[in-house]
Amino acid sequence: MSDAVLAVSGLTVTIGTRRGPARAVAGVDWSVQAGQTLALVGESGSGKSMSVLAATGLAPRAARVTGSVRLLGSDFTALPADRRRRMRGRHVGFVFQDPMTSLNPVLSVGRQVAEAGEEHLGLTRRAARTRAIELLDLVGIPSAAQRVDAYPHQFSGGMRQRVVIAMALACEPDLLIADEPTTALDVTTQAQIVELVADLQQRLGTAVVWITHDLGVVAGIADTVAVMYAGRIVEQGPVEAVFDRPGHPYTSALLAARPEPGAGGGDLVTIAGAPPSPHDLPAGCAFWPRCPVRGDARCEHELPPLVPVAGAHHVRTFYPQRPDGEGR
Amino acid sequence: MARFVIRRLLQSCVVLLGVTLVVFLLLQLVPGDPVRVALGTRFDPQTYEALRARAGLDQPLVVQYFDYLRRALTGDLGVSFRSGRPVTAIVLERLPATLSLAVTAVLFALVIALPLGIVSAMRSGSFVDHAARVFSQFGVSVPDFWMGIMGILLFAGVLGWLPPSGYVALTEDPARWASHVALPAATVGLVTASILTRFIRSSMLEVLSEDYVRTAEAKGLRTRVVVLRHVLRNALIPVVTVVAVQLASLLGGVIVIEVLFAWPGIGRLTFDAVQARDYPVLQGAVLLVAALFLLVNLLVDILYARLDPRITVK
Ligand SMILES: Nc1ncnc2c1ncn2[C@@H]1O[C@H](COP(=O)(O)OP(=O)(O)O)[C@@H](O)[C@H]1O
Ligand code: SF4
Ligand SMILES: [Mg+2]
Repeated sequence: MSDAVLAVSGLTVTIGTRRGPARAVAGVDWSVQAGQTLALVGESGSGKSMSVLAATGLAPRAARVTGSVRLLGSDFTALPADRRRRMRGRHVGFVFQDPMTSLNPVLSVGRQVAEAGEEHLGLTRRAARTRAIELLDLVGIPSAAQRVDAYPHQFSGGMRQRVVIAMALACEPDLLIADEPTTALDVTTQAQIVELVADLQQRLGTAVVWITHDLGVVAGIADTVAVMYAGRIVEQGPVEAVFDRPGHPYTSALLAARPEPGAGGGDLVTIAGAPPSPHDLPAGCAFWPRCPVRGDARCEHELPPLVPVAGAHHVRTFYPQRPDGEGR
Repeated sequence: MARFVIRRLLQSCVVLLGVTLVVFLLLQLVPGDPVRVALGTRFDPQTYEALRARAGLDQPLVVQYFDYLRRALTGDLGVSFRSGRPVTAIVLERLPATLSLAVTAVLFALVIALPLGIVSAMRSGSFVDHAARVFSQFGVSVPDFWMGIMGILLFAGVLGWLPPSGYVALTEDPARWASHVALPAATVGLVTASILTRFIRSSMLEVLSEDYVRTAEAKGLRTRVVVLRHVLRNALIPVVTVVAVQLASLLGGVIVIEVLFAWPGIGRLTFDAVQARDYPVLQGAVLLVAALFLLVNLLVDILYARLDPRITVK
C-alpha cells in the first residue's frame, strides 16, 4: 500500500539492560493509511509502546532499532537525526498514557501547546499563543482564552489529556499516535476522550495509531487491528474480521476476557500465566505455555509464521481457530 | 506576591527576635565575669566598672534583655570590650568583604557547575562525565586551605598574576578588588562547585527520565530547547536550595580562608572576638550572620515561588 502514512516492516527493538539484551519488539509489520485508525492491542509489556517509539525515533538510548520505517513516503530511519526531529510534532503528534506526568509542571499549558507551532510553523510567540487558544478551544477546554496561562496542576486529568491532544494537533499532523490515552482516566472521561479524538480525526483526516488494551474501544474506533504478544504480531487484519473470526487462541482469550461494554477499564490480564520475558524469548510459539489449544510439539519448538487466513486477515499460529470459535 | 513577602519578612523578624534572646543569653552563660575575663591582664577598676555599666551587667537579667533589645532596635549593639568602638560599626564594616567573597565564590561555582553538571548528565558515562566526577571528588576531598596555599604559590608566586592576600573594597577600586577576591573566591568556589556539579547532574538525570521530557521530544523541539526550557527549569528547583545553603554557610564566614588570605570578613571577626573574649562583638557578629541567613532564606522562597507554579504564594 503506497499511500500509507506510516509503515513499518521487520521492526525490531533490542534494549541493552543490566540483565542483558531484551528483545522488546521482535520483527513487526504494520501500516496505517490517511484518515484510518490502526489499533495496537496486547497485554502490558508486549512491545506496543516500544514499537511506536522506535518507529518515530523516540526509543531510549539503550535501544537498538532495526527494520524499515516509511513515514510519508520517506525512509525515516535513513534520515539524519535533525530531519527526523523536524518530522516529529510537525507530521506526527503524540498523546501519551498518563496526563498527570506528560505535561511539564512549570510551564503554562498555553506555552506547551504553542511551542510546536513556533518550532515547526515559524509562528511568532504571539501568533502561537493565539493558535494555542484556538486549539484549547477545539479540544473542548472551557474558556480557553482565560485558561491558556494556567498551569497543568490547575487542570483535572481529563482536561490535561485534552491539553495533550491540543499539543499533539498543534501542527495538524498527518499522523496521531495515541499510546493508551484513556488508561489513566475514569470511565466517563475515557469515553469523552475517545469521542474527541474520533471527531478530530474526522475533521482533520488524520491517521491514528491507537494503542490500547481495551478491546471495547477498538471495536468502536479502529479500521484495522494488530494484536501483539511478546514483541510479535500474532493476529492482524480488518477490525470486523478479527473480532468476528479471531484466528489466534490469544485473540480469542482477549475477546472472551473483554469486560462488558461500559463496565469500566478492566485489566486484560485475565488469562492464566504471564508472557515470556523479553530477555529470553522461546524458540517456538511464545504463547505456548498459556495456550489452551497447543496443537503439537511444533508449537513449542518452531516459530509459527504469520499467515493469511482471509484477505488482509493474518494469524501467527499453527492451528487457526475456526469461525465457530472452536480450536481444531 | 507582595503579601507573601511581607508575611515572610514578619516571620523572619520573629526568628530574629529569638536569635537576640540566644545571643543575649550567650553572655550570661560565660563562666565567671565576662568583663573581667575579657579584660584579663588589662584589668583596672575604672575600665572594669565603666564596661560593666555600659554593658548593663549591673541590672537584673530581664531588664538587661529588654534594654539590649531596645538598643539593638535602634542599631546600638553595645561597644567592644577590646576597642571600645561601637559593635554595629565593627560588624557592618566587615559586611562588604564577606558579601563580596561569598557572592563571587557562589557565582564562580555556578559558572563551573552548571555547564559541567548539565553536560555530564546529558552525556552520562562519557569522558566529560568521568572528568567531572574526578573534579568533584578532588574538590570535596582536598582541604580548602591546601588548595588556597597552592593557589597562592601558583598565581601569586610562580606566575605573579594575583596578589597573595589582602582586601580592597569594591567601591574603592573595582579592578584591584577583583584581583584580590579572585584567589580566595576561586578556592572557596571550587569546593562549592564540586558539590553543585554532582547535585546538578543527578537532578538533571532525574528530570531527563520524566514523561514530560519525552513529550517535549515528541513535539520535535530542538535538543537545546528541550534541555533549557523543559529539563533545566525543573532540575534547577532543588538546586536552588543547595545553592542557598552554600551561600548561607559562606556568609557565616570561611575562617580558614579569611585567615589565609588576610580577608577582613565576618568569619575572621568572629574568630578574633572569640580569641579576645570580646563578647559584644561576638553577639553582634552572630546577630548579623543570623540576619543574613534569614535574608537568603527569604530570597530562596521567592525564587522558588517564581520557578515552581505549584507553590502557591498565599
Ligand atoms: N527503557 C527500557 N529499558 C529496558 N526495557 C524496556 C524499556 N522500556 C520498555 N522495556 C521493555 O520492553 C518491553 C516492551 O515494553 P512496552 O513497549 O512498553 O510494552 P507495552 O507498551 O506493550 O506495555 C517490555 O518487556 C519492557 O520491559
Ligand atoms: S502455535 Fe500452537 S501454542 Fe502457539 S498459539 Fe497456535 S496452537 Fe497455541
Ligand atoms: Mg505501553
